[in-house]
Amino acid sequence: MEFGLSAEQLLLQESIGRYLERAAPLERVRAFVDGDEPRAADIWAGLCDLGIPAMLVNEQHGGIGCTVLDAALAAETLGGHVAPVPFVATAAMVPWAIAHAGSDEQQAGWLPKLAEGEVVTGAALTEVVGAREDACVESDGKTLRGKALFVLDFEANGYLVADQQQRLYLVKADAAGLARRLLVTVDATRAVGELVFDSTPADMLPGSADPEICRRVIDLGRIMLAADTLGAAQSMITQAVEYSKQRVQFGRPIGSFQAVKHMCAEMAARLEPCRAMVWYAAHAFDAIVDESRLTACHTKAHVAEVGTFVARTATEVHGGIGFTDELGLHLWFKRIGANRQLLGNPDRAREEAARLQELP
Amino acid sequence: MDLSYGTQYDAFREQTRQFLRAHAEQAPEDMLADRQRTRAWQELLIKHGYVARSIPKQYGGYGAQLDLIESRIIAEEFAKAQLSPGFGGQGIAYLVPAMLELSTEEQIKRFVPPTLTTEIIWCEGYSEPNAGSDLASLKTSAVLDGDHWVVNGQKIWTSTAESADWMFCLVRTEPEAPKHQGISFLLFSMDTPGIRVQPLRTMTGEAHFNEVFFTDVRVPKDQIVGQRGQGWMVANRVLLHERDDLGDPNATLLRLNALIDLMQRETVDGRRLIDNPVYRDRLMRIQGEVMAMRFNDLRLLSARLNEKDASLAAMIVKLQGTELRHQLEGLAIDALGELGILYRDSPYLRDNASWQWNYMFYLGLIIGGGTAQIQKNIISERGLGMPREPKVAK
Repeated sequence: MEFGLSAEQLLLQESIGRYLERAAPLERVRAFVDGDEPRAADIWAGLCDLGIPAMLVNEQHGGIGCTVLDAALAAETLGGHVAPVPFVATAAMVPWAIAHAGSDEQQAGWLPKLAEGEVVTGAALTEVVGAREDACVESDGKTLRGKALFVLDFEANGYLVADQQQRLYLVKADAAGLARRLLVTVDATRAVGELVFDSTPADMLPGSADPEICRRVIDLGRIMLAADTLGAAQSMITQAVEYSKQRVQFGRPIGSFQAVKHMCAEMAARLEPCRAMVWYAAHAFDAIVDESRLTACHTKAHVAEVGTFVARTATEVHGGIGFTDELGLHLWFKRIGANRQLLGNPDRAREEAARLQELP
Repeated sequence: MDLSYGTQYDAFREQTRQFLRAHAEQAPEDMLADRQRTRAWQELLIKHGYVARSIPKQYGGYGAQLDLIESRIIAEEFAKAQLSPGFGGQGIAYLVPAMLELSTEEQIKRFVPPTLTTEIIWCEGYSEPNAGSDLASLKTSAVLDGDHWVVNGQKIWTSTAESADWMFCLVRTEPEAPKHQGISFLLFSMDTPGIRVQPLRTMTGEAHFNEVFFTDVRVPKDQIVGQRGQGWMVANRVLLHERDDLGDPNATLLRLNALIDLMQRETVDGRRLIDNPVYRDRLMRIQGEVMAMRFNDLRLLSARLNEKDASLAAMIVKLQGTELRHQLEGLAIDALGELGILYRDSPYLRDNASWQWNYMFYLGLIIGGGTAQIQKNIISERGLGMPREPKVAK
């Protein structure tokens, strides 16, 4: 029996972490956030060298064939560094969907390019979870009409799109009749956008006639978002604890005041079980499929709640400086805030958890 | 990741089930009320290796190698069968492990075997009215007089003192030494003259604890664990085992399932509670937290098995587990509304008032065994490496 990370998994996290420390320090993230590069091409290139977009692609198609847990560990590390790169869609949801519902031709056409990172593919599945602004995508089997909002990994060469029946399609970014519009969110580290389809040619994944595929892709995205929040929240706790040891008031480090210590202890006490929860949800997605839907919903909801608590509390520990732009702490705060809402906020995810158990 | 216990344990699980089927009749219901039956059950469980499994044979145990998976299977099967897994008590759960590490051979032979069989039931004399969170400031004194320690003072929060046979007790033997170095760990019979036990009724209406008063209680000199002045170290070994126990997520899961049942059964305005979206959301919130704590527990089991460090994950269990349980019981009361305040033997009583009872009892556990605030000090200082509160200048 073993429920923990292997030596290889720890090494994987460490090597991604080391790379990001070098290639994506806070100044680099800031430059991306304040600038107008569509993509942080330098950081992305290094992650491609490390094999990040290849993790969930099998070896036959030029990938590495990692587990979902491995991918979650990568997501956690990216969240910890608020890395301004695509991941959730292009490295997890999309390759998994194509591998499990794509034709041989689709797999051969898309997976090797996704694995190399030369093609980035976004995911437009938000309407399956909850449609805002009457967004909806209809299909006649060959083309799409309508609109999709909150498309993940938006700065992309292609998109995975769900229609009203939860069938999945691949659409090229330069396809005829496709209009794209970037949405401005609080979290400027990752791009989210809108797609408008007007008889846009689309290539359906044949296996997605079974709506279970679409639900699984959403679960996978939720697990990755939860892992991202886990990493971001852990980083906020570490920063808060460090700051509390340095900052002196009333002649002593503020970290020696119980009021401050208890804030930090509460953050750690609430976040630590989230670690095991993300591991379990990721492992269950691959290996315990009958528990996977429920654990993915609960993990998305619970980690988001704890992440929100950590984001505000860690900011408070920093006092006024935490509220300013100077420390950049708000980048983590906003990333956690965005992860919370995307692909179903806690209330939605819990509602779904209840339905899955037939309650009522 | 490998979440199976392994097929090599299948036979052990089956054998445990067979034992439980064959002997279910012999299990006692109330362990403290029927001491004879309890002892017979305990001896049967030791003989078959379900209690004191890894304690050496010469000390009255079963003498198997410690195997955490086997222990886990035993716990799971007894819980499933809803039969008593044997007497745990403070003696067996906390004192015996500490004694096996720290006592003399003679002491172990004298005390461990009768403790295991429940011939001796122990109570723990630690807290005092003025030594709670700051336990090391305790004042109960023991002065050497010939071959005896003479004990004077008072203990509080002493559970089972009314039915216990012996007490393990922290006393101050070196009043001149710094507070942590002046304490010794004594053992004595509750029949010794000069001991008075007074039940302490709690908010549940029951006496879970007692106050114990000592007036010139004479304790033979050799009934000390460790050396004079080492009592604080011994006590910390005991507490280490104690905090492991509070906030068990598997017990919480059983209550969660009972709560789901309740919400499907009960109605308000003719509508099932579970059909109310507010209660349903609160239930799902708790279910998510219970899930996280169960996976945390799985991680701890695995870390122990594979000798990996998960100290922060262990440190938070008492704080989070007791709080979660209190919240869970509280949700049931809210869902029941007016019915939730019924108590004792009232008409319309639900589930024997267990929701109210546990709601109050778990508030006690949030405080007891190291208050939530002390837990947070420990987590921040030992888990996160934050600085200690400066000492107040005298």
